[in-house]
Amino acid sequence: MKTIKIQLLVNNNEYEVSVSPNETLLDILRERLGLTGTKRGCEIGECGACTVVMNGEAVNSCLILAPQADGSKIMTVEGLMRNGEYHPLQQSFLNHDAVHCGFCTPGMLMSAYVLLQQKQNPTETGIKQAIAGNLCRCTGYQQIVEAIGDVGKKGETD
Amino acid sequence: MPCINYTAKCFAQNIPHAKILSIDVSAVRRLPGVAAVLTAADIPGSKTFGIVTKNQQVLVSDKARYLGDGIVLIAAETREIAGRALRHISVSYRQLPVLSSPDEAMKPEAPSIHEGSNIFSHHKVRKGDVESGFSQADILLERRYQTQHIEHSYLEPEAVLAEPDEQGGVRITGSVQNLFSTRRSVAEVLNLDLAQVQIKQATLGGSFGGKDEASTLLCCRAALLTMATGRPVKMVNSREESMLESYKRHPYNMEYKLGAKRDGTPTAFEIRCIADGGAYASTSAFVTWRSVVQATGPYRCKNVKTDTLAVYTNNNYTGAMRGFGSPQVCFASETLMDELAEKLQMDPLTLRLKVVFRDGDVTATGQKLRHKVSLIEVLNEVAGISDFARKWGQNRNERRKAYPVKKGIGLACSYRGVSLGAEGADAAGVIVSVQTDGSLIVSSGLTDMGQGAQTAIAQIAAEVLGISLARVRFLNTNTSRVPDSGPTVASRTTIMGGSAAKSAAEKVLTAMKPVAAHLIDADNPENIVVQKNHFIDAETGRKVTFSRVADACFQRGVSLFGFGWFKSPKTTWDEETGRGDAYFTFVYGANVAEVEVDTETGKVKVSKFYAAHEVGRAINRAMVEGQIYGGVAMGLGYGLLEEFNFNQGSPTALNFDEYLLATALDVPQVECRIVENPDPVGPFGAKSIGEPANEIAAPAIINAIANATGKRIYQLPANLEQVLLGHKLAGSGARGSENFLG
Repeated sequence: MKTIKIQLLVNNNEYEVSVSPNETLLDILRERLGLTGTKRGCEIGECGACTVVMNGEAVNSCLILAPQADGSKIMTVEGLMRNGEYHPLQQSFLNHDAVHCGFCTPGMLMSAYVLLQQKQNPTETGIKQAIAGNLCRCTGYQQIVEAIGDVGKKGETD
Repeated sequence: MPCINYTAKCFAQNIPHAKILSIDVSAVRRLPGVAAVLTAADIPGSKTFGIVTKNQQVLVSDKARYLGDGIVLIAAETREIAGRALRHISVSYRQLPVLSSPDEAMKPEAPSIHEGSNIFSHHKVRKGDVESGFSQADILLERRYQTQHIEHSYLEPEAVLAEPDEQGGVRITGSVQNLFSTRRSVAEVLNLDLAQVQIKQATLGGSFGGKDEASTLLCCRAALLTMATGRPVKMVNSREESMLESYKRHPYNMEYKLGAKRDGTPTAFEIRCIADGGAYASTSAFVTWRSVVQATGPYRCKNVKTDTLAVYTNNNYTGAMRGFGSPQVCFASETLMDELAEKLQMDPLTLRLKVVFRDGDVTATGQKLRHKVSLIEVLNEVAGISDFARKWGQNRNERRKAYPVKKGIGLACSYRGVSLGAEGADAAGVIVSVQTDGSLIVSSGLTDMGQGAQTAIAQIAAEVLGISLARVRFLNTNTSRVPDSGPTVASRTTIMGGSAAKSAAEKVLTAMKPVAAHLIDADNPENIVVQKNHFIDAETGRKVTFSRVADACFQRGVSLFGFGWFKSPKTTWDEETGRGDAYFTFVYGANVAEVEVDTETGKVKVSKFYAAHEVGRAINRAMVEGQIYGGVAMGLGYGLLEEFNFNQGSPTALNFDEYLLATALDVPQVECRIVENPDPVGPFGAKSIGEPANEIAAPAIINAIANATGKRIYQLPANLEQVLLGHKLAGSGARGSENFLG
């Protein structure tokens, strides 16, 4: 199959990748760049496990064809840590016991990260709306909502 | 050897019930880039597997029984080749009548899906004489209930990696719930000794009972491909494959007849439940056994006659799912109890407080409850925090006026047998190994699927040894390193694994104490206590660090290794008389839901939820709360949203676009109360919470809808049409997910 060269800035690292036109951003992140923190749950944009930050927006990476991502700035869950320290959101998820099986966690963190970038101290409803596209089968969401709310209150957005 | 990353399965396309006449894969074998093509004929050992009855086929050769049956397995170098290879398979079938419900499968003229009758399990409970019980009744209620198929919806689809090992065996790493039953199946299929098959647990992305046979099947297939190619093989299900192939929670058709005195005392229960077992036996016999034991709910009654049947159909097979036969009967018994209250013009709380089990009562199976029965306590707790009685009366009074949105509040309670009970052998082992620097490695035969098993077991070991949790490392389960501890099911992990961990850690502690005594000149090792990473002489206060004692033990040749084995107390069951001491202890819970029902659209919003659960003792409060929140959300889905439907054996949805899970916006705030009445059997008094948290949310919601609207719902889920019209909309066929099989 014909391949297309694309440039990506992922977690502040530059990559040039030859991709097939039918590959998704999710395929590239997991299978080419080895960034398996981004999860494959449904591949139709329903579960949100593959959520990453693309040019400042939370997107389902399973719905982005790799060539569409050419020239984009991407952040995955692997890019959240700062100097070997957990991001406040990660720490808060741990503090609130918001990680059960952990499969939804990377996507949840990405949606929460974008929310806090765009809105300071969001309301409970605001948080729920922001993660409404991220399914979780374990937690019932309560501890996740509390974890995000706590970070919002403290204003630790980046 | 490079790993094979791409595999494909040929399913019984669009024909759920078919005699297979011929399978021709010769054209596939010639394709470049195909590493292996396997049919049932290539299986060296057993071609079937199963936990109770070995009738599930690794690959089918003669007959397809549901659409998820696989016929041919392909391993290829690229995804494209794997996909293309499928089109070169030629299978000829003769269609057989599709039995799409137990009603059809139980007709005398219905063909047998396996050998003999399609009814493959029948359990009964008999107590007293129901006829005389009904004759003493002032009021009789006869109701039919129906529940739906439920998809586990673990967010991570099944995934396994099989590798050939150096000595002719196989090593499998995967998303597997019950490693030991899976190992048994893989060994039988490959004709290997158990010792030659190693299954390592990968971190599980959820399971909820679902990654048992569904993952076993994947492990068997990956292992077959590995043995055929000599290469590692990765198999990962897409969501569509997962939903098509995996088992579901059983739908039940239930008939309940209840007789009661005017004061509310039940005089007789007669119950008959028919479970759709689908294409294979799976754990239906155990699931329906829990149902038969718990079907009446936690109510005192002298006369009980209950029958539960499991029936083969051409739908997906059904098996273990969080609750394991309880969510169905809880829905029936708890909504029936509410109806009884209504007829008696009592409020649902008052009735329950009057008729629930108390200490020393005898259950439907004739078991005397010899532990602390906490029903009154959980009912009072949940009613207190929710202000139940007042709101229930107020909603009822305002029902007529409120339009279009009516408010409701509903209550449900349950008792639940802990662990496997008389279903089978119930024992578990834990290894506690103190390292020479005082850190600790704990391993167990029970798995963590996200429920926190590792944390709970590690915490118990750390507590016994007086060390901080930070120094404990819990190893993922590996069948070659720990003894077969049975399945991680039935909310048995904390009580079984925790007890084994406690015993293992106590053994090490007993060995370490004399060494510690010597180091701090204590006269009597018995007086030594452990606390905050120290051994302390209680008499003199002299202390020494845990690490130093560990090192000294090593220097003196004292073993720092402890193995604990815990076997559950005796349970009994007599299939003939339908009586026995079914479980060694029980847990108790009560839930309250508040809803707002839009009577113009049928939309139900759960606005607040309250849950009180008695857990013996909470080893880790945050984890117990997490189990409750998650259990309620899943129960909300069961009550309002989820249904895995079939049209003539063909699932109408295979992904989350049409199989609806509760999102963050659907789940209300849950307020919970943990009631602690330590159980003498459990480690530090702990019992269980995983499943009890999931079984009564739906009936609480359904009862709340009735409080709001005055109308009863007898069929789950209470979706828009059920609430608005009182029945299901007919037909579902063409709207389903696109057929991914192309």
